[in-house]
Amino acid sequence: MNGNRRQQTPMVPYPSGAIVPERDLGSIPVLECSHLGIDFGGLKAVDDFNVIMGKTEIAGLIGPNGAGKTTVFNLLTRVYQPTRGTMMLEGRDMGSMTTVDANKAGIARTFQNIRLFDNMTVEENVRIGLHNQIRYGMFSGILRMPNYWKAEKKQHEEALELLNIFDMASMSDMRAGSLPYGAQRRLEIVRALATHPKLLLLDEPAAGMNPHETEELMDNITRIRDQFQIAILLIEHDMNLVMGICEDICVLNFGRIIAKGTPDEIQRNPAVIEAYLGKQKEAQA
Amino acid sequence: MKTKKARLITNAVTYGVLIALFIILTVMINNKSITRTLKGQLIPICSWIVMAVSLNLVVGISGELSLGHAGFMSIGAFSGIVISGWLLNGFGMEDTTLRLLLAIIAGGLIAGIFGALIGIPVLRLRGDYLAIVTLAFGEIIKNVMNCVYTSVEGTTLHFGFLNSALPGTLLLNGPMGAVKVKAISTFTAGFILVMVTLVIVLNLVNSRSGRAIMAARDNRIAAEAMGINITKYKMMAFVTAAALAGMAGALYGLSMATLVPTKFSFNESINVLVFVVLGGIGNIPGSIVAATALTILPETLRFLQNYRMLAYAILLILVMLLSNNPMVKNLWRRLIPGRKDNGEEALKA
Amino acid sequence: MVFLSNLVNGVSLGSIYAIIALGYTMVYGIAKMLNFAHGDVIMVGAYIIFCAAHYWQLPFPAALLIAMLVSTALGITIEKLAYKPLRQATSLAVLITAIGMSYLLQNTALLIWGANPKVFPDMLNIGSISLFGGQLLIKGETLITILVNIVIMVALTLFISRSRMGKAMRCVSEDKGAAELMGINVNTTISVTFAIGSALAAVAGLLLCSSYPMLQPTTGSMPGIKAFTAAVFGGIGSIPGAMLGGVLLGVIEILGKAYISTELGDAIVFAVLIIVLLVRPTGLLGKPVREKV
Repeated sequence: MNGNRRQQTPMVPYPSGAIVPERDLGSIPVLECSHLGIDFGGLKAVDDFNVIMGKTEIAGLIGPNGAGKTTVFNLLTRVYQPTRGTMMLEGRDMGSMTTVDANKAGIARTFQNIRLFDNMTVEENVRIGLHNQIRYGMFSGILRMPNYWKAEKKQHEEALELLNIFDMASMSDMRAGSLPYGAQRRLEIVRALATHPKLLLLDEPAAGMNPHETEELMDNITRIRDQFQIAILLIEHDMNLVMGICEDICVLNFGRIIAKGTPDEIQRNPAVIEAYLGKQKEAQA
Repeated sequence: MKTKKARLITNAVTYGVLIALFIILTVMINNKSITRTLKGQLIPICSWIVMAVSLNLVVGISGELSLGHAGFMSIGAFSGIVISGWLLNGFGMEDTTLRLLLAIIAGGLIAGIFGALIGIPVLRLRGDYLAIVTLAFGEIIKNVMNCVYTSVEGTTLHFGFLNSALPGTLLLNGPMGAVKVKAISTFTAGFILVMVTLVIVLNLVNSRSGRAIMAARDNRIAAEAMGINITKYKMMAFVTAAALAGMAGALYGLSMATLVPTKFSFNESINVLVFVVLGGIGNIPGSIVAATALTILPETLRFLQNYRMLAYAILLILVMLLSNNPMVKNLWRRLIPGRKDNGEEALKA
Repeated sequence: MVFLSNLVNGVSLGSIYAIIALGYTMVYGIAKMLNFAHGDVIMVGAYIIFCAAHYWQLPFPAALLIAMLVSTALGITIEKLAYKPLRQATSLAVLITAIGMSYLLQNTALLIWGANPKVFPDMLNIGSISLFGGQLLIKGETLITILVNIVIMVALTLFISRSRMGKAMRCVSEDKGAAELMGINVNTTISVTFAIGSALAAVAGLLLCSSYPMLQPTTGSMPGIKAFTAAVFGGIGSIPGAMLGGVLLGVIEILGKAYISTELGDAIVFAVLIIVLLVRPTGLLGKPVREKV
């Protein structure tokens, strides 16, 4: 599990007790959640969720099945409106934003159960991501005004550029639904990146990938962070990936954070070992 | 979805075939070598093509089942008739081309406005509930049109609701509908309207807005997560379709001598839906072929006399059964490789 | 008094809608399809009763029984021939097929019985009740309709909640695949659903034509659409919902026609439907669904 660490920057405490990468100390944290929570009926699905993420931090959200990880993503992307607490994106309160607003503000995500636009081509999927980045109106489109051609060309070029991150430019004309599973997951990441996010949420990006593909994915995630200078929060069950690329890890159980810290701290944390990692170590031994 | 190149070819072929057909038919009309029945059907065919293509924008491209499309046609038809009558009686506008143009534009505008008003509540609903509300609006429009009286006196239009005592020349007479309409629609106008509709719908589909509409159809949640305002784009498709249906209505209404409000009933909405489904959900050229064929077909089946509509019903069921039969589907796929309808699977999911 | 009499008539008309709506809602609950031909099964049922009484001079119970049998057979046949092959198809394909079936039934009836309206015989043939010293006159048909509706509702609720088949129906409507894995014969269950809905359609045909004695091939279509509306109004898929929706719709229609405008009766009914759906997007008793992300 300690085999392939890719982190270089030491982690330093942040004023509130959270940790962020040292290189991000000069900039406003990209995400600050305080006491975030949501109830479904009487059930506190997520409660007292406090997190601070640095501008270029890669963080992991782990926990057993049903711990509320995806619910946290749904709160961050405003699929659900939180019952309690506040969220700040680069110091701006997200108030009662809708999903659409949250994306426009800079949060993009992928989905655990892939949600591509299956009947559209790969390129069109990415172009949907570029919807709010390269714009022109309905009438320019119908009347084929000069700005239509200009914007379409720009969308095409940027879409191919983004697809090239995963060497997928050659697939641009294929139906998204016909891609193999791994490629669909990668396309979802590209599509999310196309919305020019400040914070990228990846929901089980390595699910269904073989070890070789996972290795590649780890390289790509760090490369995306370096290239776009964005923060990435990921949910993942593959501990190899989490421990390998995440700088800060947050462990969730029954909707509450039971531990936070660097991979080393998390691996030593007795509560985590008991709730989660302990079983895995036994299984591996 | 087809690749870009295939799409360009399909569109070019569609435009080309339509223009060629128009030229051939015009020559035939001038030679008088066309049958009377076919000639009389040319304008209705154009109207139904526009209806089918515009409904396909809602059902196929935007993925919402609408069962009240004839309502917008009704609004467009009666608006067009009133505007045309007003221009003729009030302003002495004898130029039929200009009058037709203005009437069609007005029909489209008014139907578009109603489309927006109806779309706001309707598009908040989903699936079958949305469908039933469009049905309800269609029935309300039919019912209300039955009670509207309009007359023109000088340059003034008078409107009465459940009140037929209006001064001047009566244009709309409640349940009797529009009587003594000056039929001014021409086949050329119909053809131009079809082409305009095609340009609007095909260009819209292949643009930023069109992709947003299809994204909202394919996966609502993902589209929202990509920053796409679902309501805005559903609305765009719905209102555009309503306006086009209004124009089709004006063309249709101004080709008849009389027109009753009950003409635009639920059955007409369903007929247009049949064109769309048989032509292929989301398949625009398919809608054109189906609308044309199914408008001519009942006339062609006239020799069957009383068995005509029965034959139509059986044909409809058989086509649906065969086109959804896995064996037939496989055979089809083997014959025409790489062909796939785009919207159909989205609706299934 | 006039109001009370209107109200009773409304409940009576609503009861007919409710019985028809049951057919829509049960089929929707189990097969997830809008059976647009249902309204026309009512028409066929009514014609059979008409023939049995008028041509074959059969007594009333026998006529009704024959009509119910024919309707049931018709319902099952339609399902087997037209809908069953389309179970994997899109809902739109099924909808269009159902519409085709509706045209088929109407035009077959047109060929057999002609376009001229037939005057439906006065089968129920019972007197009226006058209350409050003759101020309130309630027709026998009206009372019978309401009574029959109550009996059907109670019987159906018991059947669905108590019987083996009822349980199977609830299973299939919840999850077809899981029901099949639990050993429930899905095909039989769907057939039974169509059978019950169609038998009720014959009853509805009798009641409808007893109150409105003009019988034509298109007799079933408008009540069909209204009953479908009622089913959605109450929350499609829900049996108490269909009852509630049907009765409310009938009352709104009669009261609307009496106090607002005769010409706008239908518009009022549909306007109320729209308002209800905007406030409760899944109908009065429908369960809201939340999509899992």
